[in-house]
Amino acid sequence: MAERTDIHLEGTDSVTETTPTLAEVKAWFGREILPLEASLMQYLEHNWRNTSDIADLRQEIYVQVYQAALQGFPEKPRQYLFTTARNLLIRKVQHERVIPIEAVADLDALNAASDVPSVDRTVMARDELRRLQAALDRLPPRVKEAVTLGKIEGLSRGEIALRMGVSEGAVAQYLVRGIRSLIDVLYGETSTARRPQ
Amino acid sequence: MNASGKSAAAIELEAAQWIERREFGGWCETDDAELCAWLDQSLSHRVAYDRLDLGWQKAGRMTVLRQGQLRPAEKATAPTARPILPKFAVVAGIAAAAIAGWFELSPPAQVTYATSVGGREIVRLVDGSQIELNTNTAIRIADRRNHREVWLDRGEAYFEVTHDAAHPFIVNAGNVRLTDLGTKFSVRRNGDRLNIAVSEGGVRLETESGPAKDLAPGQVALATPSGISIQREEKTELKNALAWRSGVLIFHHTTLADAAAEFNRYNHRQIEIADPKIARLEIGGTFPTTDVEGFAEVSRDVLHLRVVKDGDTIRISR
Repeated sequence: MAERTDIHLEGTDSVTETTPTLAEVKAWFGREILPLEASLMQYLEHNWRNTSDIADLRQEIYVQVYQAALQGFPEKPRQYLFTTARNLLIRKVQHERVIPIEAVADLDALNAASDVPSVDRTVMARDELRRLQAALDRLPPRVKEAVTLGKIEGLSRGEIALRMGVSEGAVAQYLVRGIRSLIDVLYGETSTARRPQ
Repeated sequence: MNASGKSAAAIELEAAQWIERREFGGWCETDDAELCAWLDQSLSHRVAYDRLDLGWQKAGRMTVLRQGQLRPAEKATAPTARPILPKFAVVAGIAAAAIAGWFELSPPAQVTYATSVGGREIVRLVDGSQIELNTNTAIRIADRRNHREVWLDRGEAYFEVTHDAAHPFIVNAGNVRLTDLGTKFSVRRNGDRLNIAVSEGGVRLETESGPAKDLAPGQVALATPSGISIQREEKTELKNALAWRSGVLIFHHTTLADAAAEFNRYNHRQIEIADPKIARLEIGGTFPTTDVEGFAEVSRDVLHLRVVKDGDTIRISR
């Protein structure tokens, strides 16, 4: 498969005749894109010096891919995602007129990221339970307790508050934090654990 | 950074608050309308929300962890109902329904425990030892004057033995006899093929013919009527092989055929790999033992194979 070097993606990959519904795009996003998050994060971390930008870069890439999918699903989601990421990085470099040397130097090598064999993806996609368990164990104790009572035992916010002897507001905060951390690990974290919290 | 001017972290926080509210707070129609309005405000809201929502749905898989966490840890006290085995009686099983029953053979008295397909059971003994039975497994236990004895009639069991040199713990499986040397080990029996893996301590392995062999932690013995082979396994491999104790199967470069065979031990719905070529494909990942659907999904969506459901059979082909 010859790799494209241009930065124009619009309309080139769409094959669907009718435009997908929001629910279809959401399902597609979960099935095709989110399992690639670990690779995408690695890619961004490897190619963008300023780590504080990465959450925003990822979000911007997702929005673009999602937007495109609303018009018709890209035929090769992985390639589409990484080409979008690459184009965004190039645009940022040009726009900001700042040239992080290492970013530019690596951009040519980036194409390789879309050629990772799909078995790799199987592991990423299906290793969830183990990741979740590890993620749960790493949460601060109160957060872990709230998430365990809520998600695993199925208690409501009020019931959790009673059990833990704290206010419902505090429980809500624990849960919000738990949701974000768990999902970061589920999708974003590679097996070599980082993100010290 | 984006159209709404908010950082990705700020949007994600709002999205997480919505999910928390929806899942754990009181939720009514006006909340629904409010959420819809927020989602429609900006595509970046929708993307952040969908990501967390989809992930949170997947986190529902964690409920399989419940069994493991809530496992009762009763104190070892002798039950009053079974005076026949005063020193060596069972103190706690989890689901009584899965226990087939017990009967006496005299002398000496034996008790039988069995699990059905998909079942899992812990048998605790008054001496502090415990035996965890995997799917479709049957054992008999007897307490004799000088030793404790177990027969593994079928299936797989994990033994955590309280060592007592004066009162050894012996496991019979097929034509193999195992004696604990202070230990944790698993025995899996498939007809006359046995797989013995030691995770702690040591086990003495004897057969009717041939000298006794002592197995150390990390060693796995494969015993068949034609002989015994012993090999060393990686720690993670050993751990993965025991993942059933948490209700999951862990595959790592496992062929489709082997993975399907594993699932078939735990489920009435049987997976059939129709084509020997695809049987050699490798997969990896963690699945609840009952997640036949998930396995079919991976075969279809990730390996791009054809999945046809026909009654209790799931046929996978190209």
